[in-house]
Amino acid sequence: MIETLMANYEEAAAIILFGIGFTMLLFQRNLMKKLIGMNIMDTGVFLFLASMGYIKGRKAPIIANGVTDPARYINPVPAGLVLTGIVVSVSVTAVMLALTVRLYHRYHTLDLDDIYIISKHQTEDR
Amino acid sequence: MEAVKNIPLFAIVLSLFSGVLCTMLKNKAARIYTVLFECALIAGMALVLIYTLQTGTSFTYVMGEFPAPWGNEIRAGALEAGMALLFLIVMLMSVIAGMHYLDDMDASRVHLYAALLNLMTAALLAEIFTNDIFTGYVFVEIMTLTSCGILIVREIGRTTLAAIRYMIMNLLGSGLFLLGVVLLYDVTGHLLMVPMHQEIIELMKDPGSALVLTMATGILTLGLAIKSGLFPFHYWMPDTYGWATPTSAAILSSLVSKCYIFLLIKIYWRVLGTDVFAAMPLKYILFALGLCGMVFGSVSALRATNINRMVAFSSAAQIGYIYAGIGLGGRYGWIAAIFHIAVHAVTKSMLFLTTPRLAEVSDNSLLFKNLTGSAIRDRDAGAFFLMGSLSMIGIPIFAGFSSKLLFGIAAVSSASEPMMLLLMLALALSSVLNALYFLRTVIRIFRDDGSRKICPIGGRWDYLMPMLVLIVINLLLGLASGVFVGWIETGLSMFA
Repeated sequence: MIETLMANYEEAAAIILFGIGFTMLLFQRNLMKKLIGMNIMDTGVFLFLASMGYIKGRKAPIIANGVTDPARYINPVPAGLVLTGIVVSVSVTAVMLALTVRLYHRYHTLDLDDIYIISKHQTEDR
Repeated sequence: MEAVKNIPLFAIVLSLFSGVLCTMLKNKAARIYTVLFECALIAGMALVLIYTLQTGTSFTYVMGEFPAPWGNEIRAGALEAGMALLFLIVMLMSVIAGMHYLDDMDASRVHLYAALLNLMTAALLAEIFTNDIFTGYVFVEIMTLTSCGILIVREIGRTTLAAIRYMIMNLLGSGLFLLGVVLLYDVTGHLLMVPMHQEIIELMKDPGSALVLTMATGILTLGLAIKSGLFPFHYWMPDTYGWATPTSAAILSSLVSKCYIFLLIKIYWRVLGTDVFAAMPLKYILFALGLCGMVFGSVSALRATNINRMVAFSSAAQIGYIYAGIGLGGRYGWIAAIFHIAVHAVTKSMLFLTTPRLAEVSDNSLLFKNLTGSAIRDRDAGAFFLMGSLSMIGIPIFAGFSSKLLFGIAAVSSASEPMMLLLMLALALSSVLNALYFLRTVIRIFRDDGSRKICPIGGRWDYLMPMLVLIVINLLLGLASGVFVGWIETGLSMFA
């Protein structure tokens, strides 16, 4: 078991990162920490994808010195997926930050529980 | 007729383009453009549905001429086209019926709201038609962002708070979905659904790979279950639907969550295959959570003191029905689940478009205690709420009855006796609870306590017309359910 984990240490680290991020996103009360958790979670998946996509001894898929044998290059798809994932992650983070700023302006705290308690006492509630 | 094959891709691309275009238009122009564009999309999807039903097969649109297993594909069959058609009609009707409430919005935002609706349409169509699992993920995220956008357009604190909670749950779901997709790609080496399926059949012969596949499917399912609000992940629903504008609440409850479920069904059918899915213990978990959702969603609805929260909890119960059907499997289990997606989309949008009208004549309050006699003050909204409630309870001639009948048939035709008994029991209990909380509300809104002056507000065509269309579809689903079941069966035959 330990040997398998050591042999696949990149994937193991990625899953641990995912777990840390997931737990932070779920249980942290502070909105900024939740956001950091979300980014760690996404990074875990990207690390997993990047490590699975890389094969030791092979090169980036750009033809160099006239070598066209596919066995000499790595598959470019995982890297493409990571790039797409990063774009998605950045967009989501931006939206979440905008929402956080708006909530902070209104409630003057980043603690989600406090915000919830304050909002319950507001007159705009129907 | 071959040109019809271009419609799904063009619909997605043009919707994306329309989203950008609407940001540059003036409010009125953006509104009119969105309505006309949705009408054009509906016509297009009707053509695709007719084409697929006539040819009896689905078609694949290969983008950039790169054949499988490379490139990206869109695949359209009768089920996808029909579902897209229904979703677009519900979206259009929700937009038209809720137009009146958009006037209350900050005037500088209406065109942005239209832009978000167009982007959401693109995501909706892409999730329905895509044949590539990673494209599915990208559009799931676009759907999440646009859903959040149409939610926070109502600028009050509780809406922003609801949006944050909605986003957090959705991001948890998206993260899990992405991990599931990556794991599946890792073991199969493909992103297109059909080559993935061929690889999975081989991999299932090896116990080690089968375990990884089961885990990946479980993670992916958990992600989409959180996003669609399956019990016990449904607690974001009441705040989200309760604090959104009427159009947003109708779209979020009837289309967005259903779209995720449709994507999940597609993954089960096209990527895993129904045989592989039936062999997984996952189906029992989905079945059990579905049953719990049916009962506990209804119990929460019964305890609600606010009409929107009640309708939202009722959505959680209805999502439970769909997952119970998926978990039950078998011919009728799948048919019942897909039929219920359509029924719930039509009925719930109608209910969410009715409640703000009832509140409007009750000092803008959604609390039950203030809603007494509201249906007498606004007879149109009262009548529509009554019909929606009767459908949800499962009274014959309405769509809800056919749906519950199909679940009953699915339970009876199930090979597993305990599953049959449990589903029948949950169906009976949930129906009784449905009747309790909907009829209680109906009695309250129709009871005139004489405390308020009766001042019926006049019927507006932009409210009456879309609501009548939704009722007609509801009655069609109820009275001609055989036709729709036939469509689902034909669709499923070309779905895998």
